[in-house]
Amino acid sequence: MAESTQTQSFKVVGTRPIRPDGVDKVTGRARFGADYAFPGMLHGKLLRSPHAHARIKSINIAKALKLPGVKAVITAADLPPLPENKSEALGEIAMNPRHLALNILAHDKVLYDGHAIAAVAATSPHIAEEALRLIDVEYEVLPPVMTVERAMEPGAPILLPELRNPESGDQPTNVAMHLPIKKGDPDAGFKSADYIVEREFRTAMVHQGYIEPHNAVGVYNSDGHATIYCSTQGAFDVRLLSAKVLGIEVGKLKVVPAEIGGGFGGKTTIYLEPLSVLLSQKTGHPVKLVMSRSEVLRASGPTSGSTIKVKMGATKDGKIVAAKVWMAYEAGAFPGSPVMAGALTILAPYVIENLQIDAYDVVVNRPKTAAYRAPGATNAAFAAETVIDELAEKCEIDPLAMRIQNGAHEGSPHPAGPPYRRIGFIETCEAIRSSAHYKSPLAGPNRGRGVASGFWFNAGMQSSATVNIHTDGTASVVTGSPDIGGSRASMAMIAAEVLGLPFEDVRPLVADTDSIGHTDVTGGSRVTFATGTAVYQAAQDAVNQLKERAAKLMDKKPDDLEFRDGAFAVKGNGAPPMTIKQMAGKLARAGGPVVGRATVNARGAGPAFATTCVDVEVDPDTGKVQILRCTVAQDAGRAIHPSYVEGQMQGGTAQGVGWALNEEYFYDEKGILRNTGLLDYRIPTCLDLPAIDTIIVEVPSPTHPLGVRGVGEVSIVPPPAAIANAIYRAVEVRMTQLPMSPPRLLKAILAARQEPARLVAAD
Amino acid sequence: MATVFIPAALRRFTAGVERATAHGRNVRALIDDLDRQFPGIRAQLVEDDEVKPSIAVSIDGEIATGGLLDPVNESSEVHFLPALAGGTIPSCA
Repeated sequence: MAESTQTQSFKVVGTRPIRPDGVDKVTGRARFGADYAFPGMLHGKLLRSPHAHARIKSINIAKALKLPGVKAVITAADLPPLPENKSEALGEIAMNPRHLALNILAHDKVLYDGHAIAAVAATSPHIAEEALRLIDVEYEVLPPVMTVERAMEPGAPILLPELRNPESGDQPTNVAMHLPIKKGDPDAGFKSADYIVEREFRTAMVHQGYIEPHNAVGVYNSDGHATIYCSTQGAFDVRLLSAKVLGIEVGKLKVVPAEIGGGFGGKTTIYLEPLSVLLSQKTGHPVKLVMSRSEVLRASGPTSGSTIKVKMGATKDGKIVAAKVWMAYEAGAFPGSPVMAGALTILAPYVIENLQIDAYDVVVNRPKTAAYRAPGATNAAFAAETVIDELAEKCEIDPLAMRIQNGAHEGSPHPAGPPYRRIGFIETCEAIRSSAHYKSPLAGPNRGRGVASGFWFNAGMQSSATVNIHTDGTASVVTGSPDIGGSRASMAMIAAEVLGLPFEDVRPLVADTDSIGHTDVTGGSRVTFATGTAVYQAAQDAVNQLKERAAKLMDKKPDDLEFRDGAFAVKGNGAPPMTIKQMAGKLARAGGPVVGRATVNARGAGPAFATTCVDVEVDPDTGKVQILRCTVAQDAGRAIHPSYVEGQMQGGTAQGVGWALNEEYFYDEKGILRNTGLLDYRIPTCLDLPAIDTIIVEVPSPTHPLGVRGVGEVSIVPPPAAIANAIYRAVEVRMTQLPMSPPRLLKAILAARQEPARLVAAD
Repeated sequence: MATVFIPAALRRFTAGVERATAHGRNVRALIDDLDRQFPGIRAQLVEDDEVKPSIAVSIDGEIATGGLLDPVNESSEVHFLPALAGGTIPSCA
């Protein structure tokens, strides 16, 4: 269902054609990263740390090298000297390349269970695994630091001796950054409040749960150039980051993005890619590296667990007058948690005159976190949206009315300062309020309904596109954005709309880094917005070139012609127009082939809002939560392909449900991850989820030619808070810790009833 | 003169001032003028003659993409925001 405020009419945009990459995927023909194979290819495996925190005293690879079939063993000593210890703008990414290199292969310290130490290339994966057992590493085991609370204590073991922040002076610290945000006078605001709610929340470290493990095939050429075939959300980022780690020029690397089996942000960085090149360089053979599921969970980048304290005050009439937030996120072994995003999103849907946010990025002995769908925002919304729900209850106001009353709109300021342009937050609340779901009764014991909202920035950044007109009048559209959510279809639809061609006549391609201009990562919900803008402009460029060709063929001036529905007609002349198909075979006589091009550094991506309503039933004897019904309303600006927008909304909601109810990293007291498979790391299956109803709200973004906003992330943000609020109405227990798994909820239910904890598992 | 909103983290350089005015036809000149008024603030915003990777500049509600070269008008509202790691720049427009 789509609710639109737009009146523009389209022929292709807004329809639901079958995805152009669908046949290859359902027939198994699509090539994922691990499908690549080359003559003479070797197989690589990584030795990983069995300790959460230890000093490496020595590494002996002699025995491994003697094993028949082993062709090379590399350690950090084979990498170039570590880059300087400071953040750099690598493209649009601010990243510390020293930390990147230290994460790919540990140097003098291992900082988490699974931290890579050495890599082997051998003639078979089994021989490579056997060789790992022959590498002797001598460790000095150090105490692990597993929580932000412990990491921030005075005297806590230090992970990175060189780490400082402006407040720590010359003293080593585990706090990589403190971000303060302050507006107005929070203390005075609280004095004017009739009700104040203050709670502390915890969320667990969770993984994106993409099905396809990380992979890379490196092919080093003796001329000093190399090619990497891998599953990634950003081929250009892989190229840039790998070149940085390898100490070679960017132009000597080509990255071929394979089909991708899920990423959700987790495939925006590198792990195996430079090692595949280095092993290939050492052996003279292509080398393939593929992580196991256990490696993915132990050593790729999940998202942060967090501790968040929220204090919020409101007057009796429901106006939120003050808020204070303290939040600390686990960065993992190196700085760079999404706590800044958490700080900038936690109050973003609301206009609050007096607020203070203190956000801390904290290193702990866990894997370095990576992006995960609206990074940092879900943790934050769980806390703020639960408190807002409680305030609404105290004020005796409908929770959606409370959100609408305090909701941000065009012209109101984001908590960090800049004013919003046109946004659709209130529209998402209204859409839920008027939905059949929200209006329906919810009867029965232990059942409850909850709502929550979420914000995500959405990104712009750089994209390139070309549109090629073929001799039969069909077209291809080439971009550098790996397709992780149906963007091939969206790009073809935008080009088809501009060219006046049927969708089926436009074939979309995702090119390698040598075949298209620089294109930033597929992330930040930016592809349909930014790459879509480039495609729109490239198609317009093609139309302009075609117009010149058509003028020659029709013996007119370009200004005499108008373009409509894929054909050029003489203005004011009733003569039959000339279609692109009619003229495409004649281009050689009219100036030559037509290739439309465009590059953008897109600004002003319209932010996204979502509001979710969920009904639950709680089993009071087991603590198990069954989701009965779920509806999400999200502002898409303009839905290019509504089915894929709905798919994003449902996918994000499903991940939010998993985060809310089941998923968490279990570390033991030594800092060893104990649930390293999907049997124990419990992502939701179709049996856990209801049909997720979607309401696409269309408040057009003023900065995109078609009004598009990014849609890929924000739907993950509200579910944990919406479910927590529903649980409260079902069993009168306020949950403040994720996941709200059966043992944790049962414990809370029993505590609320002041009954002895009978069947309570350890937290 | 453009209006510059000082983020909380930098108010120690402005004696707590949250909002200042500054001259400059682009971000570079604006920051130079700010530094004349509040010595030391430039070093918090600029490194190696570029806006620090950790900083995003919002001009009239739109995140600037041209770094120090982005134009600023006399009536502009300029905010310095934290740039997000991992490839996403906050956009509030």
